[in-house]
Amino acid sequence: MNPVQTIVAKELRSYFVSPVVYVIGAIFLAMVGLLAYSTVASASNQALRLMQIQNTYAQLNLNELLFRPLFRSMNLILIIVIPLLTMRLFAEERKLRTFELLLTSPIGINEIVSGKFMSVLVIYSGMLSLTTLIPITLSAYATFDWRPVYLGYFALLLQGGLMLGIGVLASSLTENQIIAAFLSFGMILALWMTGALSSAMGETPLGHILAYLSFTEHFERLIRGLLNLKDVLYYLSGMAFMWFATHQVIDSYRWK
Amino acid sequence: MIEVQEVTKRYGTFSALDNISFSIKKGEIVAFLGPNGAGKTTTMRIITGFMPPTSGTIRIAGFDGLASPMAIKKQIGYLPETPPLYLELTVQEYLTFVGRIKGLDPAQLLSRMDKIIEQTGLKEVQGRVIGHLSRGYRQRVGLAQALIHNPPVLILDEPTTGLDPNQIIEIRDLIKNLAGSHTIILSTHLLAEATAICQRVIIIHKGKIVAIDTPEQLSAKLQQSETLSLTVEQTYPDFALELGRLPGVLAVTQGTSPNSFMLETQQGRDIRSEVTKFIVSREIGLLEIKAQPLTLEDAFKVLTKESPADR
Ligand SMILES: Nc1ncnc2c1ncn2[C@@H]1O[C@H](COP(=O)(O)OP(=O)(O)OP(=O)(O)O)[C@@H](O)[C@H]1O
Ligand SMILES: [Mg+2]
Repeated sequence: MNPVQTIVAKELRSYFVSPVVYVIGAIFLAMVGLLAYSTVASASNQALRLMQIQNTYAQLNLNELLFRPLFRSMNLILIIVIPLLTMRLFAEERKLRTFELLLTSPIGINEIVSGKFMSVLVIYSGMLSLTTLIPITLSAYATFDWRPVYLGYFALLLQGGLMLGIGVLASSLTENQIIAAFLSFGMILALWMTGALSSAMGETPLGHILAYLSFTEHFERLIRGLLNLKDVLYYLSGMAFMWFATHQVIDSYRWK
Repeated sequence: MIEVQEVTKRYGTFSALDNISFSIKKGEIVAFLGPNGAGKTTTMRIITGFMPPTSGTIRIAGFDGLASPMAIKKQIGYLPETPPLYLELTVQEYLTFVGRIKGLDPAQLLSRMDKIIEQTGLKEVQGRVIGHLSRGYRQRVGLAQALIHNPPVLILDEPTTGLDPNQIIEIRDLIKNLAGSHTIILSTHLLAEATAICQRVIIIHKGKIVAIDTPEQLSAKLQQSETLSLTVEQTYPDFALELGRLPGVLAVTQGTSPNSFMLETQQGRDIRSEVTKFIVSREIGLLEIKAQPLTLEDAFKVLTKESPADR
């Protein structure tokens, strides 16, 4: 095992011996399930009404009526769920003084940060993959276009990855887990808000920059089934930035 | 093996270490002795590469602290002041993790694991979750993680705090047994501990090295005057007075019993034979005479006492 794998293995072990990850996972899945159910219900109601009015057989567009709103809602749920997943990563190491062990071991800070990030990415991917039961189940009863669904999951993976990066950074800034959770929640919210701010700015240069910074646009294009390199790059560069910032924060502990 | 040269560490404007230098040979056991806030932990954190010094250089096994931090980290086993334990892991899981990040391959890890668990007396708790262990056992797990990769250099920050008296003796014996094959620095507030385990003592006070010496020489150096204690079978009224007139005797005080006396004598002058001759000539029966060495306890008090100029 290389050092990164060692850290990932240890983190996964730590996650699974604590009840927190099960609780978070259960809440996430319950919320997504409930949302999916109510979205399907309202979509079929709508279809029924259409049929009564027009007296024809209405073909439901599940991509538009179900998956797009569902993905958007999942994105919102992540704003709450992700900070709870990442808060312990570095804050706990600082609190318990185990950082002294990591930083005096022959492993690099880059390996520590990568290991932590990858471990929580594994947890998140696991949670996300469980929700694929929704499209898989629905595909037995209805037909829809798979491409936007694939891309929607791809978008959620990237979106989650970026938020996890923010959470990891926040966790490195404090030794208090609650503060870490609120910090990442705040930072994610701020990044989201730049979208709203940008629409207020309109077609000004600053407006464009803010729109680019917010994840709303990038996410929206992906869940509509449009794969653009610049959207993918947005997420990847965001994650790289968070990784780098965390690295710097940890490096700076030692200089205090 | 360990060379610390002109190391200074500032926290903001506060100088925690002020230009300290010392070197430690391979196989030596050295104690850092000093009161709270002296700078022991800071020195250890700098040696282990946890934090860089503000100025000065560290060399371990020939490697420079700044140029090759990874090489240095491989040489060192470190028990920090607070044992760095993951409370949710079992002892075995924890030691496996530490062994891996210290760079052991699976085969080495397997052979070291049993040995270390045996050595640190963790056999009966190896499958238990660290968070459920008593403080003494946690301290042992801390020691085990410092030893798991069999490093040539051991840095132990207060290794015996939190242990009961029996455990203290066990851990001290363990440390003593590691000496020779390992170069060891440990920090302690206890003078008895330093004398019991270490070959040299580095006394640190307010970020400065006050003294570096063997426990015995340190006490010898510090003696302003030497004390003789003697016990006789019987005395007579002017005995104490006559003792006081002997050349080289500065003062005579009554000891713990009516027939025992303490003589303050001039420094560097051993007058035991003169005193013995005198007592024998009086035919009062000499039971015991011995030079009373100054304990490290006293030495420590003298050396770390604030001089009036500091106040
Ligand atoms: N991170 C820090 N920031 C500011 N000051 C610090 C920091 N760490 C230590 N100090 C100060 O540096 C001085 C030396 O601390 P250090 O922990 O090295 O002492 P010590 O000899 O280990 O004491 P103790 O016996 O209590 O463990 C103390 O005055 C302490 O308050
Ligand atoms: Mg200390």
